[in-house]
Amino acid sequence: MHVTFSEDELAFREEVRAFFRDEMPGDIRDAMDAGEEIPPEMQIRWQQIIYRKGWAGVNWPVEYGGTGWSSVQKYIFAREEGLANAPRVIPFGLNMVGPVIYTFGSDEQKQRFLPDILASTVWWGQGYSEPGAGSDLASLKTRAEFAGDHYVVNGTKTWTTLGQHADWIFCLVRTSTDVARRQEGISFLLIDMKAPGVSIKPIILLDGAHEVNEVHFDNVEVPVENLVGEEGQGWTYGKVLLQHERTNSANTFHSEYALRKLREQANRSVRGAPPLADDRNFMRKLAAVEVDLKSLEYIELRTLAAVASGKAPGPESSFLKIKGTEILQAIDELKMEAAGYYALPFKADPSVGEGTETQSALSYFNHRKVTIFAGSNEIQKNIIAKHVLGL
Amino acid sequence: MDFSHNEIQSMLADSVAKFIAKEYDFDTRQSYADSDRGFSDEVWSTFADLGWTAVPFSEEDGGFGGGPADVMVLMQSLASSLVVEPYLANIVLAGGILRRVAGAAQKERWLQPIIGGRLHATLAFHEPQSHYNLASVSTTATQHGDTWELNGVKGMVPNGGTADLLIVPARTSGDNLDEDGITLFAVAADTKGVTHSAYATVDGLRAAELSLDHVRAEADTVLGNVGQGFAALNATIDDATLAVCAEAVGIMQVLKDKTVEYSKNRKQFGVPIGSFQELQHRMVDMLMACEQAQSLLMWAVMTRATEGDDCKRAVSAIKYLIGTEGKKLGQDAVQIHGGMGVTWDLDVAHYFKRLTAIGTLFGNADWHLDKLADAAP
Repeated sequence: MHVTFSEDELAFREEVRAFFRDEMPGDIRDAMDAGEEIPPEMQIRWQQIIYRKGWAGVNWPVEYGGTGWSSVQKYIFAREEGLANAPRVIPFGLNMVGPVIYTFGSDEQKQRFLPDILASTVWWGQGYSEPGAGSDLASLKTRAEFAGDHYVVNGTKTWTTLGQHADWIFCLVRTSTDVARRQEGISFLLIDMKAPGVSIKPIILLDGAHEVNEVHFDNVEVPVENLVGEEGQGWTYGKVLLQHERTNSANTFHSEYALRKLREQANRSVRGAPPLADDRNFMRKLAAVEVDLKSLEYIELRTLAAVASGKAPGPESSFLKIKGTEILQAIDELKMEAAGYYALPFKADPSVGEGTETQSALSYFNHRKVTIFAGSNEIQKNIIAKHVLGL
Repeated sequence: MDFSHNEIQSMLADSVAKFIAKEYDFDTRQSYADSDRGFSDEVWSTFADLGWTAVPFSEEDGGFGGGPADVMVLMQSLASSLVVEPYLANIVLAGGILRRVAGAAQKERWLQPIIGGRLHATLAFHEPQSHYNLASVSTTATQHGDTWELNGVKGMVPNGGTADLLIVPARTSGDNLDEDGITLFAVAADTKGVTHSAYATVDGLRAAELSLDHVRAEADTVLGNVGQGFAALNATIDDATLAVCAEAVGIMQVLKDKTVEYSKNRKQFGVPIGSFQELQHRMVDMLMACEQAQSLLMWAVMTRATEGDDCKRAVSAIKYLIGTEGKKLGQDAVQIHGGMGVTWDLDVAHYFKRLTAIGTLFGNADWHLDKLADAAP
């Protein structure tokens, strides 16, 4: 029983650590440290730095330009990324539609889409949820009718994160209603956002941010070559993608970074006043979250060790999603408490207070979404109850 | 990176599982718990024969050379049938002190018979005023020429009524809360002036209040250096904390499994109660608590084995988790078993009671959270 890395793995860790230390531009580092939302330009610039290093396709097979890393290497990368507080890649292209295309797509689709995804030259959006289909995703109603060489798509997708920047959107659409189970008759379509009939409408979140959108499809013609895999099998492909999304939501090492910063902040005296660390109540709450996070780290490691020894990853992704998002929200609460009055200004403003406090409540409000998206945490519990406990 | 059992650990787990399957079902456990001494001497000899009593001791001390991970495996396995034999008192507590600070002659005299299962011993780490503070020692030891005289009271001494040898921390200098000035004595239970009143604890185990009234201790009963016993006491209690946490994790897993199983079989309103979402989510919480606890336990055990910087934090972290999530899991297990869960006859109640007792042992959740609040990762 040990958690030591091999010589090779340690050398790899040094390389990754040096990359984040030396290659992350100062303005991006500052924006991250201030807790600001990272604008698209910065986000793409950063993803392309990773791309040029050859590390964009962390989970991708080598034949499609991926790293071909072992699960331990992927873990090391995620860890260093988090502890460096580097921006996480926008997942829709690299972590979601990319893997679906290289796993289930045609050769033509692979050649056409994968290089741009890897190089972050095309921005993708996610078209899963609908106004009437949230956690109950299989009740989706967007229709795609087959019309010879194309489909005609009608319907509405919602919660499309950063869809205002998207060049393309991948969608789950209903191609048949004549099915025994609602999960059947769903297909996976790639749709050009510039196609006639596609329109987009912002949804403003409680923090005032334009982060998500509603996307309308009004008789949008989608060529049949944009269907991924087989018609009617979209649910199966979509599930693969969701597992990536959930494991991704654990956020372990960004949380660790945030907790370290919070402890530093708590120990700082402002204008000669006693530091927040003198408040036992606060420090005990902070310590409780640290314990929770440590357990998450070791759950991840145990999952990783199991996968590395050849066991199939299972519903642990649900587990990591639940715990990881709960911890993220707990940290936001603590940050807001630590900010005191300076949590109250509505706009983040580095000139107010000590610099970062005005972001805290906005993050707290914004991150209420994390226990709702990617299948709400209650849905995750349903999944665990069924697939792990056999209930 | 490797979380699997090594060969010795697999052997230990297998041999405990076989022993329990063959000789230690719940009714047997209850009969031992209800017996005069509160455990079976015959079973204790079997523990010694199987080598389990030798696990944490070095080879020159006649042991296996095992570490915290081996004790973890043993304790977690023994928990599956709530074994009542005094492994904690004899091996982890008394043995922990002796292996750390006893001289060669003292080991020969006390540690060897303990490993051999012939001598029962315990550690009197608690006094009525100490709460969870190990440095709160007001029992005094005063030197008269070559001998010492001990006076004071010890509380909640595990298996204190049946121990032949008592390891007694006593103050030889300083004030009540000083870590310096604590000396460890090995006191035979039949020494003049030693009296005890034994009682059962809520978990079916035994403990005793101990009174030391003008007890004479020879110079060769001092364990380690005079006035410097705290380090060994502290380290031994850390080991013991991990050991009971391993036991707790074993109990949590049993309770989770029994509850899930029960919910599949128990029907109300014409359906298994496990089909109700409210109960499903609670059982998922139980599963998650088990996974969290197992993970933190492994972290703590590995950190302890390498004596890393995080060692103290890790012990407090797992104990805190057992005290909070473990408590909730135990309560939910009883709740989901309904009326049956609060009966004496159902084993679930007894697992719950032991888990509750462990919550208090060596510092409850609040005590350990307080330590964590001060300890930056």
